[in-house]
Amino acid sequence: MNRFFAFVKKEFLHILRDRRTLLILFGLPFVQVLLFGFALTNEIKSAQIIVLDHDKGYHSGQIINRLVASGYFELQVYERSYEGLESAFRKGKVKLAVVFPVRFTHDYEHGRNAQVQLLADASEQNTAISLTNYASSIIRDYAAEGRTQVAGPMAIDIRSRMVFNPELEGAFVFVPGVMAMVLLLVSAMMTSVTIAREKEMGTMEVLMVSPLNQGQILFGKVLPYLLLSFLNGCIIIALGVFTLGIPLHGSLLLLLAETLLFIFLALSIGIFISSLTDSQLVAMFASLVIMLMPTIFLSGFIFPIESMPKLLQVISQIIPARYFIDIVKGIMIKGVGIGYLYKETLVLIGMSLFFTLLSLRNLKTRLV
Amino acid sequence: MEEAVITRKLTKKFGDFIATNEITFTVNPGEIFGFLGANGAGKTTAIRMLCGLLAPTSGEAKVAGYDVYQQSEQIKHVIGYMSQKFSLYEDLTVRENIRFYGGIYGLSGAEIKRQTESILETLSLQPVAHSLVASLPLGWKQKLAFSVAMVHNPKIVFLDEPTGGVDPITRRQFWDMIYQAAHRGTTIFVTTHYMDEAEYCNRVSIMVDGRIQALDTPRALKQTYGVDSMDGVFQILAAALPPNELIVRC
Repeated sequence: MNRFFAFVKKEFLHILRDRRTLLILFGLPFVQVLLFGFALTNEIKSAQIIVLDHDKGYHSGQIINRLVASGYFELQVYERSYEGLESAFRKGKVKLAVVFPVRFTHDYEHGRNAQVQLLADASEQNTAISLTNYASSIIRDYAAEGRTQVAGPMAIDIRSRMVFNPELEGAFVFVPGVMAMVLLLVSAMMTSVTIAREKEMGTMEVLMVSPLNQGQILFGKVLPYLLLSFLNGCIIIALGVFTLGIPLHGSLLLLLAETLLFIFLALSIGIFISSLTDSQLVAMFASLVIMLMPTIFLSGFIFPIESMPKLLQVISQIIPARYFIDIVKGIMIKGVGIGYLYKETLVLIGMSLFFTLLSLRNLKTRLV
Repeated sequence: MEEAVITRKLTKKFGDFIATNEITFTVNPGEIFGFLGANGAGKTTAIRMLCGLLAPTSGEAKVAGYDVYQQSEQIKHVIGYMSQKFSLYEDLTVRENIRFYGGIYGLSGAEIKRQTESILETLSLQPVAHSLVASLPLGWKQKLAFSVAMVHNPKIVFLDEPTGGVDPITRRQFWDMIYQAAHRGTTIFVTTHYMDEAEYCNRVSIMVDGRIQALDTPRALKQTYGVDSMDGVFQILAAALPPNELIVRC
């Protein structure tokens, strides 16, 4: 056991000595999460809106005033028809449209369900969400004030509709996405590079001649990265929850367990890559090409899977991060338990077993 | 006492290529055994089989009395190995390297401490004990690598071209270290292609194209071939290629 600890200690020394590794390990999650988080929570100022006011009554006018007075919105133009809205959206200058139906004021004053429609350009999902949220809360405030002043039931029913991307898939995906990416990068790439480095430097031979057995060498290589990756996963979750206000509706324990599973999968891919090559450069390149790029482009991290061409949708099914992102979204945002996620979990387990067995077979002959 | 290394018709094939062809030799305990040959003659393949890095295709071999097929784990505890490539970690300090290799060979904390002090003392490395190995000159690194390969007091140490790329003065000092180790009873198995170094060995074997063409003391070899240097011996042996090899060349 002491032998093994001597080995693990050496691995930690390698990591601590290498500034680049440290930077990737701990800088990357912060930069990524905050970068994406900033893009999402970026406060909106003076967004261009248009109003289609069929009502032209007192309350619609009041609400428009409130919206403009809030500072978030700038009234671009009063439109007369839906066709006008569409062309305004197409030009791309307008981000949100507010539509008041005929008799809005009448309905509101008579306690009927008065309706307002919000249309947002969801080709920029994050902006669209923020804008409709802001507008909704302003209108709701207005309705709440009205209720205290005048007796009788008064309600405004806000109907928002996302145009261009109605599902809004991928809006909160960035935290799970960054998590998948960072964990893959740390676990898989660094593991494969560190094993390739020992082979390239010739120290792997010396290790193989020592009384350490193959399992100890592999596990000793992997253990520090397992710990660091898990720490990283926790940091990303904490950053997401505490600084970006991502909800954590589901079980934290399940989330951590799934994170460990994904790290294990990433490590097994890393060992698999290192069993194919003796060169650090090849290992790094292979990691980037076969893991990082597909993760970014095909996992639904940045581009929603639903809007991909059929062929890419099929390919995305072999991207491990895709399943992990679904799991994390499920637990954090939807608050579902393992009962809803067992399929994705099984896929991850299956993939881990596949790569572990494959690399064990390769390694027997290739480690030296 | 038992032979340090004993092989009988040890053979390794890579596909059709025969890297070592039925080599048979014995290394006596405590001797400095020179394993000579041109690049590609099969020296490294032979050494890797003896260290348990490569499985032989056929033949027999025993190291320190242990069979290379059945008892490779036992062998690992009693041998030291210094590879052709540099075998220390450049991003660790001198002390950390010694501690690491002591650690993986299962030395106790006290033993590691004692060995560290003794190595630093012998090599006069105290001033740079906490410097990264990367910052040391090559000659120092090689001497340190040898000391580290000896950290667990192995019965046999395998040195694969330990003096490659090292200046003549350091080579000389390196051989002084080898002599001292042999004097303490360690068997030295050393490959080299510097023929002057062959003169320092107790016995040498000369490999040509996967076969051992000669094996004796340097003095006896020089007498047999009627030359006054090991280089002369080597020239004669290397020129006398087997007939089929000649046909291929024509």
